[in-house]
Amino acid sequence: MTPPVSTEPLLEVRGLRAGYGASLVLEDLDFSMGAEAVGIVGRNGMGKTTLCDTLVGFLPPTGGEIRLRGQRLDGRAPEKIAGAGIAYVPQGRRLFPSLTVDEHLAMLARRTRAKRWTPAAVYELFPRLAERRKHGGAALSGGEQQMLAVGRALLLNAHLIVMDEPSEGLAPTIVDVLVDVVHRLVDEGVAVLVVEQNLRAAVRMAQRQLVMVSGRLEAEFSGAELLDRPDLQSRYLGVGGADRALR
Amino acid sequence: MNTTLGRGPVDSATRRRAVLRRTPLGAVALAVAAVAAWVAFLADDTPAGPATQDPGQFLVTVLDAVTFAGLLFVAASGFTLIFGLMRTVNMAHGSLFLLAAYIAIRVQESMVGQSRNIEPGHVGMLDWLVPMLAGAGVAAVAGLVIQQLFLQWNEGQELRQALMTLALTVVLADQMLREFGGLAQTMVWPGTITHFLSVQGERYPVTRLFILGVAVLVGVLLWLWLTRTGTGMVIRAGVDDRQMVRGLGINIKLVFAVTFLVGSFLAGVGGVLGASFAGAAPGTDGNWLLNSLVVVIIGGLGSLRGAAAGSLLYGTVVAFSPAYLPSEYSYYAIIMTFVLLALVLAIRPYGLFGRPA
Repeated sequence: MTPPVSTEPLLEVRGLRAGYGASLVLEDLDFSMGAEAVGIVGRNGMGKTTLCDTLVGFLPPTGGEIRLRGQRLDGRAPEKIAGAGIAYVPQGRRLFPSLTVDEHLAMLARRTRAKRWTPAAVYELFPRLAERRKHGGAALSGGEQQMLAVGRALLLNAHLIVMDEPSEGLAPTIVDVLVDVVHRLVDEGVAVLVVEQNLRAAVRMAQRQLVMVSGRLEAEFSGAELLDRPDLQSRYLGVGGADRALR
Repeated sequence: MNTTLGRGPVDSATRRRAVLRRTPLGAVALAVAAVAAWVAFLADDTPAGPATQDPGQFLVTVLDAVTFAGLLFVAASGFTLIFGLMRTVNMAHGSLFLLAAYIAIRVQESMVGQSRNIEPGHVGMLDWLVPMLAGAGVAAVAGLVIQQLFLQWNEGQELRQALMTLALTVVLADQMLREFGGLAQTMVWPGTITHFLSVQGERYPVTRLFILGVAVLVGVLLWLWLTRTGTGMVIRAGVDDRQMVRGLGINIKLVFAVTFLVGSFLAGVGGVLGASFAGAAPGTDGNWLLNSLVVVIIGGLGSLRGAAAGSLLYGTVVAFSPAYLPSEYSYYAIIMTFVLLALVLAIRPYGLFGRPA
């Protein structure tokens, strides 16, 4: 794979605005990233999922620009955006209950010929999925469901994979697997944007962490810095102080 | 905090709710048992008589039920396929059914070279099959045109789509009346299957079994298509979560078009079977829209298994009510359809195999 051109970021978002009906959730959001792992952290209701949905075209933006490798993607249909190279691992996995594990992957197999990620490669990455090929999507454990959701996204052989709360509700060993997968993807030149509530998981997946507050990206920290500074955590993430009592 | 205080009443409320939830199921089980006992032993004074005394009538009624269910399944499977994937209640489904019937009758007349009083003996298997494919083909193309012209740019606007297709049924009904006239017409079965079997001393037409055979064939082919092919997997995935399918880079518009084509083709096959079985006339379109609706409401919208189960239940009620209601009440047999609907919806509000949209 050719190294990313340093002058042009892989993903560039400028002045992005989006929302539901009259209520604006994202307001003039800017950021850019290369072929790296970037985390987005923030409290509940700050617009993290809305940002993901907007990036992949599930929610059409009302303003601003989204560029992937220079190509304008804002306002395009989800299938076009996926085709252009953004894959999505949504919150709650959104597997298809009617399909088996095998069918989730077979459905996309035709597009993966001679590409890096094929159903066989996904089974190699997640041997536990291979054991459960014939099981329905709904009969899997939470960890297996997440592996399938990631595997399904891998089959798009995308330039960027957007993951919304991948560690949600998962056992620590499964989170380890996911962290490992993110690192491998970045090593292979694939960018990963991870939205997380769980700061520890987020920091292990990505060094660069953007903090989202009320529909904007307010600050950028390194993972180590965020972990070391309780004042930042309580200010931006609602961890510690009065919020801790609610957990 | 005060969970210990709250636990008592919460538990008894949960228990009461659980009992309430089971009640309709128990009531239905009781009702089914009562009906079975009635049909088996008690049904004197009915057109058919108790099954234990007149097993022939009973068998014929069972055959009537399954064969009619076959016809229902062919018509409703296309309807449920289109609805399940596209959330479009295609109100023109009945019109496509009738259109295919009329086209097939025309083609058959010109193939046999006779337009009235065609004898089954003069109709070869091809004189039935070719018109059937022609009629269903026209229905398929008409369905695709409706989808492309009116529905595809109204994706997600269910009410608009329903109203548009309903308006189309009115227009199509008038146009068909102008073109094909107001008299009932019949598609003639091929002579090779126009025979009777003897079932426990009762004569039973082979053509009805032929309908069942076509229905089974359609069911198997549809099942293979949906489970073994990439398109089928995408369709099932689309029934579950349309947006996520698009997020995987799949052009769902193309899948919609294929689904509409197949669904309309099935409406056409149903129409030709129906025209051979009971004739085609103005009003047949509305009847079959209603039949398809009832079947998929019972079975659950968007489920092939549901369409099969719904067809069987509906076919059973339609065949058994006139035979086993007391003779002076036979006239009310049609009401039993609605009883069935009410019962099913009481236990499973989304239909037997349905899921909330």
